[in-house]
Amino acid sequence: MKRRQLLAGTALALGLASGFGTVALADDPLRVGFVYIGPVGDQGWTFIHDQARQEAEAHFDGRIETTYVESVPYGADAERVMTQMALSGTDMIFATTFGYGPDVNAVAARFPNVAFEHATGYLQEEPNVSLYNARFYEGRAVIGHIAGRMTETNTIGYIASFPIPEVVMGINSAFLHARAVNPDVNFRVVWVYSWFDPAQEAAAAEALIEQGVDVLMQHTDSTAAIRIAQERGVLAFGQAADMSAAAPDVHLTAIINQWAPYYIERIQARLDGTWEARNTWYGIGDGMVGIAPLHERLPDDVRAEAEGMIAAISAGEYHPFTGPINRQDGSPWLAEGEIAPDGDLLGMRFFVEGMTGDVPN
Amino acid sequence: MLRLERRPQPSRVWVWATPVLAVCLTMIAGGILFAILGKDPVAAIRMIFWDPLFSQQFAAFSRPQLLVKAGPLILIAVGLAIGFRAGIWNIGAEGQYIIGALCAAAVALAFFPSGPADVRLFGTVLFSFDAAPSRWWLFPLTIVAGAAGGFLWAMIPAILKTRFNTNEILVSLLLVYVAEKLLAAASVGWLRNPQGAGFPGSRNLSQFPAVANPEILPGTGMHWGVAIAFVAVIFGYVLLHRHMLGFHVQLAGQAPRAARFAGVAPARLVVFCLGISGLLAGLAGMFEVTGPARMITIDFNVGYGFTAIIVAFLGRLHPVGIVLAGLLMALTYIGGELAQFMLGLPSAAIQVFQGMLLFFLLALDMLSNYRIRLAYREAA
Amino acid sequence: MMDLSSINPVVLVAALMVAATPILLAAIGELVVEKAGVLNLGVEGMMITGAVTGFAFAVTSGNPYLGMVAAATGGALLALIFALLTQYLMANQVATGLALTLFGLGFSALLGQGYSGVSPPRTPRLDFGWLAEIPVLGPIVFRHDPLVYVSIIIVAAVWWFLRYSRAGRILRAVGENHDAAHALGYRVRMVRVAAIAFGGACAGLGGAYLSLIRVPQWTEGMTAGAGWIALALVVFASWRPWRALLGAYLFGGIVTLQLTLQAAGWRIPVEYLAMAPYLVTIVVLVVISSGRARRTLAAPGSLGRPFHAAG
Repeated sequence: MKRRQLLAGTALALGLASGFGTVALADDPLRVGFVYIGPVGDQGWTFIHDQARQEAEAHFDGRIETTYVESVPYGADAERVMTQMALSGTDMIFATTFGYGPDVNAVAARFPNVAFEHATGYLQEEPNVSLYNARFYEGRAVIGHIAGRMTETNTIGYIASFPIPEVVMGINSAFLHARAVNPDVNFRVVWVYSWFDPAQEAAAAEALIEQGVDVLMQHTDSTAAIRIAQERGVLAFGQAADMSAAAPDVHLTAIINQWAPYYIERIQARLDGTWEARNTWYGIGDGMVGIAPLHERLPDDVRAEAEGMIAAISAGEYHPFTGPINRQDGSPWLAEGEIAPDGDLLGMRFFVEGMTGDVPN
Repeated sequence: MLRLERRPQPSRVWVWATPVLAVCLTMIAGGILFAILGKDPVAAIRMIFWDPLFSQQFAAFSRPQLLVKAGPLILIAVGLAIGFRAGIWNIGAEGQYIIGALCAAAVALAFFPSGPADVRLFGTVLFSFDAAPSRWWLFPLTIVAGAAGGFLWAMIPAILKTRFNTNEILVSLLLVYVAEKLLAAASVGWLRNPQGAGFPGSRNLSQFPAVANPEILPGTGMHWGVAIAFVAVIFGYVLLHRHMLGFHVQLAGQAPRAARFAGVAPARLVVFCLGISGLLAGLAGMFEVTGPARMITIDFNVGYGFTAIIVAFLGRLHPVGIVLAGLLMALTYIGGELAQFMLGLPSAAIQVFQGMLLFFLLALDMLSNYRIRLAYREAA
Repeated sequence: MMDLSSINPVVLVAALMVAATPILLAAIGELVVEKAGVLNLGVEGMMITGAVTGFAFAVTSGNPYLGMVAAATGGALLALIFALLTQYLMANQVATGLALTLFGLGFSALLGQGYSGVSPPRTPRLDFGWLAEIPVLGPIVFRHDPLVYVSIIIVAAVWWFLRYSRAGRILRAVGENHDAAHALGYRVRMVRVAAIAFGGACAGLGGAYLSLIRVPQWTEGMTAGAGWIALALVVFASWRPWRALLGAYLFGGIVTLQLTLQAAGWRIPVEYLAMAPYLVTIVVLVVISSGRARRTLAAPGSLGRPFHAAG
């Protein structure tokens, strides 16, 4: 305990003293490292982070040098990879999954001059650890609205990965906005307990379609489900990237993870010597959550409503979780006009009123 | 025509020479691969084999990390080797590792102080409190829980084999998947950190001093798990080479019928071999979850149980060989990571490289047990 | 909500056949390998290599069938590494098999680098005309893609081969007791190498089923453990071809039913149900290993043991 306090104190002192400004010399490119949980060829989460890395590198045109290590598990491996990166003279490290939290903070304590950016996590114990996350639920609200308007069977299918707040929040957001425009709508949620298992996702899509689902949403990484939707003529939405190439006829739109603007902003700050730890939760308006082009098969009124909603959310005029909203058991959560506190959303483990089925636990 | 002739005794020269030769061949083949991928082969090979050990920049950190990475591999592989020598095939060490960690974490978390041990904001400790008085027995209890978890999980294939003659290879392998599902259920359910903002994963056990397994000497990579791994190596050596039981193990593997005449009870041997390997795998899981891994997560297991099988064979099922094999595997992991971010090699290339290393080691191993003879073709 | 009537058993059966086909293909290949007395744990590595070679050839040539041939070839070639090591260089089968999986996963990722996000040419379903319209039977039997039928044909062929052909008897003899087979003048090694290559080809085809038909796309690591399930299946089947088919359909059935029940709004403990196939396999294993059935159903006598002709 003593030793850790001492270390933390030293880290703080060093961090303040260095101020992150003095490191980058004029000719020396800033070294930026990325640590990925999956392979860059996963076509999903990691692939998109790596695209953003490449965009950032192109943007700075020689002023930065990026490196990455892929398929790094949490724990000892992640800690070692980040330490070695820091030892190699890396000035800034992006750790791109929530599970890296303790590892990021442990390494950050030892390298106070390295700026750490930790995606979708919550642990911020050191002065040189920033958190960043995207308000994907804003995108879910938009696709929920479209789904509610487009469904004919009033049954919408949702392929979910793990019962964690991020996923539950997305289901609730989509459901609320589908119900808002179609009071008869029902959601069928299938938990596949995996972020990435193409065969399982495909089977889940088929099972849902057999249950009369005519609009499909997913919170898993692969394009397997949307390809099944294309084949079966069921409407669907892309996840994390524009997946219209995989399903040109049924891909109504997609929620796109847009990390590049944030990466560029933060690397710029590091170059300028103005970087400091933050806790960022950006949405559509900030450009971190993108909405892919709306499919031409959407009727004009639906298209206009969707665009209106995107505009309202971007402008900060509308929050997808605005009361009155009750929990599934009927107990009140948000009063009339009340906006959900971020803390409630980040820890959400309940369905809202009207949803059927349980959040497994 | 070339012909193989079994040596009466493994060749002493080749036992030592084959690994060296295999590493050299892997460097050549791997160098060709890296060159095809457009990377400097010499730099890549140096990065993998040399830099983690000797570069000024990394060695001080990487060398101890070799122990951290090799520790669980060695600990599990020693246990497996005992069974493999007896012809008892536990390939489900991954599952026993998971269950050991789960049991250990469950016990540790049952005693977790109600709040965090210290509350920090931006690195400054705001206040600390010690809800748990010094419970010296808690760490040993956690160790026992981990060992028991691994042991009991291995007892399932053991008992099924002795009672119903069920193949232990398959049962132990199948139980890995069951263990993985239990791990996922625990991470999002009953072991989830109540203060973890709903994220899957347990509390951080390294912040719970009574059960934490930190480095014994800071900067050496030596945590209790590594220490126990070396104890296990000595234990394995004594057992296999200096003890009657070890003789029985060898006999059962090489001549099962003779073993029976010598009074070896096959059922007890099965229980012993699976039990010891399960116990050590469970211990490895326990030291990992309270040490380097810090907590239970959905992806807590990273394949140590399977890699340890390879390590056991690379080490020729000999405890000392296993230490060297474990360190070599650890070196390719750590050096491979360096090569990834220093040279931009994809992790797939490192995997292929490791695969080639294993192929060469396994292939050349033949030289220590067989002689190659030129012979005229015999009539079949 | 808890309404069983919303689940159509005919559709369920048709869906489970599709879900089972990749593991069935890999399992029937491994079954032959194990019947010859060889345990190859590298199924996952061969499957994923087949998935990528099949995908690459199909995309390049525009012909999915050419892709399937390439997948089988790719799987077989990888298996020959295993054959070389275990049959000629006397390496341990368990360790070599695991190394093969490690190598295959990395190698496939390297090969597939240019093929992420590409759509493969479509594999049409076979057109049985009016047969497909027969109630119940039509959807189950006559509305599948060609590989579903191929997998069943392979199962039938393996069954016939092992049971009635002379070569099949030799293969079984080699697997039961390689020393006796050698004494009888059979070429143990040749038989085993052929069996290993066949196993690799089947695993490769199973992988191609995933990348060309089931999903269809190429992504690193896309087999996601299917090869290991195939290994379990061989044991579940107690080394009998038709039981492998039954087991694969049962396994596919549990997966499909689990998802279907969820989709129908049933509250089921998913995280525990996911363990069910493995636990069921263990139970079956116990049942077939004990009792009277044992002698006829036990594993091949020489399974996993190295063969070296003395002299």
